[in-house]
Order: sequence, then C-alpha cells, then structure tokens
Amino acid sequence: MNYNWNWGIFFEPAPSGTGSYLDMLLSGLALTIKTALLAWIIALIFGTVIGILRSLPSKTASWIGFGYVEFFRNMPLLVQLFLWFFVLPELLPRAAGIWMKQLPNAPFWTAAIGVGLFMSARVAVQLAAGIGSLPRGQQQAATALGLTTAQGYRYVLLPMAFRIIMPPLTSEFLNTIKNTSVAITIGLIELTGQARAMQEFSFQVFEAFTAATVMYLLINIVVVTGMRFLERGLAIPGYISGK
Amino acid sequence: MFDNLDFDVIRRSLPYLFFDGMTFTLMLTALAALGGLVFGTLIALMRLSSYKLLGRIAGLYVDFMRSLPLVLVIFWFYFLVPYIGQWLTGAPRPIRVGAFTSTLVTFIMFEAAYFSEIMRAGIQSISKGQPQAASALGLTYSQSMRYIVLPQAFRNMLPVLLTQTIVLFQDTSLVYVLSIPDFLGAASKVAQRDGRLVEMYLFAAAVYFAISCLASYGVRRLQARIAIVR
Amino acid sequence: MIEISHVNKWYGPNFQVLKDCTTRVAKGEVVVVCGPSGSGKSTLIKCVNALEPFQEGQIILDGIKVNDPRTDLPKLRARVGMVFQHFELFPHLRIIENLCLAQEKVLGRSHDEAVARGEKLLERVGLTAHASKYPAELSGGQQQRVAIARALAMDPIAMLFDEPTSALDPEMISEVLDVMVDLAHEGMTMMVVTHEMGFASKVAHRVIFMDRGEIVEDALKTEFFGSPRSERAQQFLSKILSH
Repeated sequence: MNYNWNWGIFFEPAPSGTGSYLDMLLSGLALTIKTALLAWIIALIFGTVIGILRSLPSKTASWIGFGYVEFFRNMPLLVQLFLWFFVLPELLPRAAGIWMKQLPNAPFWTAAIGVGLFMSARVAVQLAAGIGSLPRGQQQAATALGLTTAQGYRYVLLPMAFRIIMPPLTSEFLNTIKNTSVAITIGLIELTGQARAMQEFSFQVFEAFTAATVMYLLINIVVVTGMRFLERGLAIPGYISGK
Repeated sequence: MFDNLDFDVIRRSLPYLFFDGMTFTLMLTALAALGGLVFGTLIALMRLSSYKLLGRIAGLYVDFMRSLPLVLVIFWFYFLVPYIGQWLTGAPRPIRVGAFTSTLVTFIMFEAAYFSEIMRAGIQSISKGQPQAASALGLTYSQSMRYIVLPQAFRNMLPVLLTQTIVLFQDTSLVYVLSIPDFLGAASKVAQRDGRLVEMYLFAAAVYFAISCLASYGVRRLQARIAIVR
Repeated sequence: MIEISHVNKWYGPNFQVLKDCTTRVAKGEVVVVCGPSGSGKSTLIKCVNALEPFQEGQIILDGIKVNDPRTDLPKLRARVGMVFQHFELFPHLRIIENLCLAQEKVLGRSHDEAVARGEKLLERVGLTAHASKYPAELSGGQQQRVAIARALAMDPIAMLFDEPTSALDPEMISEVLDVMVDLAHEGMTMMVVTHEMGFASKVAHRVIFMDRGEIVEDALKTEFFGSPRSERAQQFLSKILSH
C-alpha cells in the first residue's frame, strides 16, 4: 500500500488554531458524548411515556403509542433531522421560525432532540415488551392492593420492566451514541465530523479514522462495563439477573 | 404557512427523483441485503464452528462493526476501497471506484455483521435433533447445513431479516455524506438548486415513510401467517 | 454386526456418562436396551453411529471402526438407520421429500428412483396418502412411522431406535411398535432403547439393562424376564411392570 503513514500528525497543530489534531478529535468526542447524553434523556422520558401507552388496555392509548412509534421508525434518521432543522422553522409562525434559526448551537439542539425522539420510539417498543413479559398477576396484585393504575406502574410494573430490559437498553444507548454521527449532515462537528475535518486538513485519512474508531470502541467498552455494574447494582436477589 | 410554497417543483423533478435517485436507493438496498445475507450467513457459520479461532475472528468482526457508526464506516470504505482494489488487482496505484461500488461494498460489509447475528439466532433456534438426524442419514456437515439447517433458519428468521432490510433501506440515505445522488441525495440536489428545501424534504420524508410503512405492514402480515403455520 | 468394547465417555472432566460398556449385537439380532432415565442408554446408542463422541474404548460396526479418525462417518452412518425420540422429520420438507433427500444426496440415487423407493416404504408403513403433506400435518405416530420409513429408504444393514415411542400419546404407540415388530420378524438387526417391555418380550433376543452409565445386565430375554440377577434391574422391572 503506497500510503504515507504519519502517526505523529496528532501532535501537530491543527489549522483551526485551537490546539493539536488530537485536541480537535477530543473536542469532537466530548460533543458526541454531550449530544448522546441529552438525546438519551429525551429518549428515556418519551420512550417511557409511549411505552406505557402501548401497554395500556385502552384502544386509544395503544393506537397513539402505535402511531408514534411508526412515525419515528419509518423515516430515516437523516430525513428526520432535516425535517427538524430545515423544514420546521419554515412551517412555524414567522417569529418562532426566526428564533429557531438564530438559536446558538442549533445543530446541537436539533441533533439531541432529533436523535432523542428517534430513539424514544425504540425505547418505547422495548419497554412495552418488558411490561408485557411480566406475569399478569403482578398488575392484578397491585390493583387488588388498592393501588391506582398510575401507582401500579410507578411502584410495581416499571421497576421490574426496566430491570428486565437493561440489556436491550444498553444497546439502544450505544445506538444513540452512534446515531449522533448522523448529525454531521446538519453541521454538528462531533467525533466523526472532526475526524473528517482532520482528514480534509491533513490528508492523513487513515490516521484520522483510526483514531475516531478507537475512540468509539473505547466508548463502547466504557458503556458496556458501566451498564453491567448498574445492572448488578439494581439486580434483585433471586429474580432475573440477580443471584 | 403554506402560501409561499411551490409543490410543483416536486412534479417537475419526479423523473429525476425516481429514475435516478430511487433506482440507486433500491438497487443498493437489494444488493446490499443479498450480499449482507450471504456474508452474514458465512460469519454466523464461522461463529458457530467448532474451530475456536474461527469463531473468535468472526465474533471480533461482528463486535467491531457493531460498535462503529455507519457514517464513519461509510467514510472508511470510501477511502479504503480504492486501496483494496489496488491490492486485489495488483495495480500500481489506488484504483478509482465508482460511487455505487464503493457504497455497495460498505453496506455489504456493515450489514453482514447485523445479518450474521440474525442468522446465528436462527441456526441456534433449530433443535439439535435436526442436524443429528441429518448426519444419522449420512449427510455431511455442509449438506446438513445446506439442505436442513439453513433453509429452516432462513424461514424462521425471514420476518426479522426483512425488518433489518427496511432499516437498511432507510440507512442507505446516509450515502448523502458522500454527495451521492440516491433518493435523498437527488431530492437534496433539487432542493438546493431551486431553493425549495421545505417541499423537497417533506416529499422525501413522505416517500420514505410510505415505503417503510407498507413494507413493515407486509412483514407483519407475513409474521402472522408464519405464526399460524407453526 | 455391532461390537462395543470398553467404551468410556465423559462430559467434562468429572462427569462420566458411560463406564466400561461392552456388548455386541449379532446379525439379525434384536437387542433391547432399557434402564432408568439418565442411565446412559441413549448416549450409548448414539455412540454406535458416532453422533456422540467417546474418549475410550472402541465400537466396530460391520467391520469398520467407528472412532477411527480415518473412517468416513457420513458413509458409515448412511448404512445404519436411526429413529429418534422426537422423530426429527425435516419440517420444511414434504413427507416424500423427507424420504428422498438422503437417498439422492448421499446414495446418489436418481430422483425417480428415490421417489419410487420412498413410495414403496410409505405404503409399507401405511401412509401413502400423506406423501405430499408436511410433517406438522401428521400425528406423532404417523410422523414416527415416516421416520422409520426414511431410515429404511437408505437400505440400512442395521437399525438403531432411540426411545421411539416415549414422545407419543399412548394410543399411538402400538402403530409404531407394529412396524418395528414386522421389521424384527424380517430379520433386521436392531438395537432398541425403549421402556416397552411388551415389545421386548415379544421380539427381543437379548435385553441389556443399564444404570448410571454401566451395563448392569446383558442377558437372553428369557433369563432377563425370568430371573434378573441384579437388584437394580429387579427394582426397575417391578416399577415398570406395576402399571
């Protein structure tokens, strides 16, 4: 392969003037994590609400849940980000649209909300499945004790269901992190974006992408390990994953 | 709110959007799904093989691919494929590879990781008695895989494989980052040329939505039918 | 025909499933293997056509050493028929296709030849009318008869039965046993793992009793039913025959 490797490139100053190429990549890494965390919070909140709706016996509730999930699942994430970023401000009343367009960090907020809502549909599906996998007697027992439906979910069903779906939630969180890279298309210079920028400035394609790859692998390892500890901490003795 | 919109731009660009853009998207989806399935099945067989080393290699590949964002993988292969081509053909310098070939290689390699997990689950879902009965009849390992295990695994996993293909269909839109005119890329080109972002992106969203909805409805029907047959 | 000598088999380092098993089945002989569950009888019969590997001892099948790495196992297995507890028909193939597959792929018979042979055997087990159905459309008893026909289609020199009736509803057991009795009367060499003592007393020449991986008794039928020597065999018989 006639390619000029130069691993020292990371310590050379980047043309952006904010330090070395390594600093550039690290700032991208930080932005990836920040965006992903906010998106994940949004995904958990909306996903929980919709997941509950999907598990309710009411026809209307489950239709709303179904519609929500189908809406966010049947469009490419990229297209959804375009809708939030380019289309929504134009369709809102003038003042609101202008406010949105002039928002500082607009790519960041759009990415976090867009990825968050996209992922919330998947969280909802997982949660509804988790609730569905609980024995029916649990809900009946809660009702028999005089708990309202809301209390039943809050104190009985959700704590169990979330423990059950910890493994799939871990991989959805990882997906959230990976999906933030789609926001490169609306100008968010996160980790992949910085690697791309470094490639354009320095022409050291493979060093840049290797570094980004290693960083993504590290994120994965950290998240998987962290979630395993969390899972162990939350495990109930004698019940699923508990020992 | 809609008063200054011009939806005629859609009508005018329909031939370009569908004959060029959608053809690219659907071709890429179909070929990547096929290639991903073939490679994915091979990887799954490697993972389940009794040669530990082979299994480890396959497992590493799958874990590696699955921890990277597709956008990064697209960039990787965009720059790597010319070198791979050079290495394969022994050419003196990196060879120029067309956008379609480059993205096809990317998606096959990427999707193979996901398809392999599905096929692995499918193979494992088949009771041990089936390959045992096959070898008791004198079939070799490869015959037993080919005639007994894989057909059943494929059939059992068909709904999941199709669902993954719908995800793949949506993911192909990410070739946008290479300015390749797939369906979204074509829509975006028109949008920017005519300054009609709202109309074009709404239309693109509606088309993706309609196709994906229809396809996932089809998968649900299929799933219900399979459930009855079992 | 089948010679088993000093076979030892372990699962893992500590658990021994077969302990020094030695016996033989002569040409035309019918041998019934019985014993409590977990006694290793299914494992032993699966060692005969090398579906289960074993660590020590040897098994010789029609003059060929089964546990010789140079042995062409597929070829060897094609010459002994095996019938499984759970039938193991191939659910994605029609009945006639189940019968033809190995004939064509292993024996290299033409499709027409295979179909002709298959139809003949279906007629023999009384299932001609079901040739183009799928396995799931047949009752358990019918499926097991198909499985026997499938094994016979390979023109085996011996037949191995691994608890062929224990997954069947009581009313279907006799239709399967009838086929097996006919086979025995025709002089087929058979090794049968079963609890059906009626079958054993009707057609078996010898009965082997296994317990905890050992062959405890290996006696002529009359001796076994007349006066089993070991206490364990006596207990087993009284339990089985008491209902």
